[in-house]
Amino acid sequence: MSSTPYLEAPVVLDVVGITAGYGGEPIIENVSLQVRKGMITAIVGPNGAGKSTLLKAISGVIKVSSGRVVVLDHDCTNLAPEKMVRRKLAYVPQVANIFPDLTVRENLEMGGYTRRAGLAQRIDELFELFPDLRTSRRRRAGVLSGGQRSMLAMARGLMLDPEVMLLDEPSAGLSPLLQAAAWEQMEKVAATGVGVCVVEQNTRRSLRHAQWGYVMVLGKNRLDGPAAELLHDEEVIDLYVGRMS
Amino acid sequence: MSTNVLLELEGLSKSFGGVVAVKDCSMTIREGTVVGLIGPNGAGKSSVVDLVSGFERPDSGSVKFDGRELVGRRPDQISRRGLIRTFQSPREWRDLSVIDNVRVGRSELQRETLWRSVFFARRLRREEAADTAELRELMAHYNLEGVRNRRAVALSGGQKRLLEFARIAAAKPRLTILDEPMGGVNPVLGERIGNAIRELKSAGSTVVVVEHNLPFIESTCDEVVVMDLGTVIAQGPFEELRDNKRVVDAYLGNDDE
Repeated sequence: MSSTPYLEAPVVLDVVGITAGYGGEPIIENVSLQVRKGMITAIVGPNGAGKSTLLKAISGVIKVSSGRVVVLDHDCTNLAPEKMVRRKLAYVPQVANIFPDLTVRENLEMGGYTRRAGLAQRIDELFELFPDLRTSRRRRAGVLSGGQRSMLAMARGLMLDPEVMLLDEPSAGLSPLLQAAAWEQMEKVAATGVGVCVVEQNTRRSLRHAQWGYVMVLGKNRLDGPAAELLHDEEVIDLYVGRMS
Repeated sequence: MSTNVLLELEGLSKSFGGVVAVKDCSMTIREGTVVGLIGPNGAGKSSVVDLVSGFERPDSGSVKFDGRELVGRRPDQISRRGLIRTFQSPREWRDLSVIDNVRVGRSELQRETLWRSVFFARRLRREEAADTAELRELMAHYNLEGVRNRRAVALSGGQKRLLEFARIAAAKPRLTILDEPMGGVNPVLGERIGNAIRELKSAGSTVVVVEHNLPFIESTCDEVVVMDLGTVIAQGPFEELRDNKRVVDAYLGNDDE
């Protein structure tokens, strides 16, 4: 795919040179990225690159010490996560992303807790998008399979009609077949017009499904470009296991 | 460089519940080398460290240290044989002073016996004095002189890392396994840690470094062992990784849809 349609899509999330960490040394430094409407942006990189930390910093889970996070032209830097949600940014963490003791439907209701109207209608829309969830709507979320759980977490994040969705390893711990299914679900979500930003371990698979990729190494953004081009870019390999000196 | 094998893992396997963490894993570490143990998340690196140091018992396979079997030995027995490990976050005796933390590290290897302390009391006192002088030197070397009488719990994260190296230097192990020594470390301290590893090597210790900071591995290690899916997929000089398809696949992931 050429980069043109991607670059024509409006920017829904603009992250400008953010630095963040957990109190000590910064884990990510001066990282910038853009997420565009209806597109999948993948953040890839070897372990310890700071990919999950980046998502936490954008979504307000941890504080940003410098830089800006702009959602739909609103400066949202260091807004608390619950306020970020109202600014149309949903963040689905890797773990603890559903209520295991509630049913599937109750999970979605909780996801839409602050919704003023149209709760039932929105749930119905999401059941259209993820038919598996309709089938298991009365089941306790804790007994769902890994693939269904990941789907529920995504659906729960979609309850407040976000424009941007940050996903931290939605396919972690899933079988290869279910990993492929998770990517299909992300593509469906993007097709509804949501800008999807995903962190995944499998670099090649991410780059094959995403439209744009960012390669992070040791807390810094080292390279970005059309995902299909990065997929065959020798420089990406150098960034992972190449010689530095 | 010596060709004497100090540590030899053969067919090591370990499952936790249904999850296979280490699978038929074999590697050799030669005496006097600094070896980087690397691999993507979940490759089994830390599990191997746990198996070698006696914190976990393998389901099968053997770990030979200087020709002697370690499987079945307790962590304290293994450390007394001269194999010391660190943890991802530094562990210290919180309520002991900094210098006593180092002193304890030392006596791990040079155990007093009641018999010795009764019959050689004078010599022991002399030795103790020499000991203290050496400990003070170590304190100074690792920038801990000013805090030597403080409780270890009061140290900063960086100082705790240095304390760890002071303890290792005092214990003079034959093999040191460092589990992610660069975690949460700033560049200045990172350089200090690189030097500490080189010092261990020149003091004759063999070092295995588990780390995902590859520039650090490249600059400190003689060679690397690469793990993926619980087993060793490559062993050799760092610069050969780039051209090893299995290594590149392990890091970038397979996309076999």
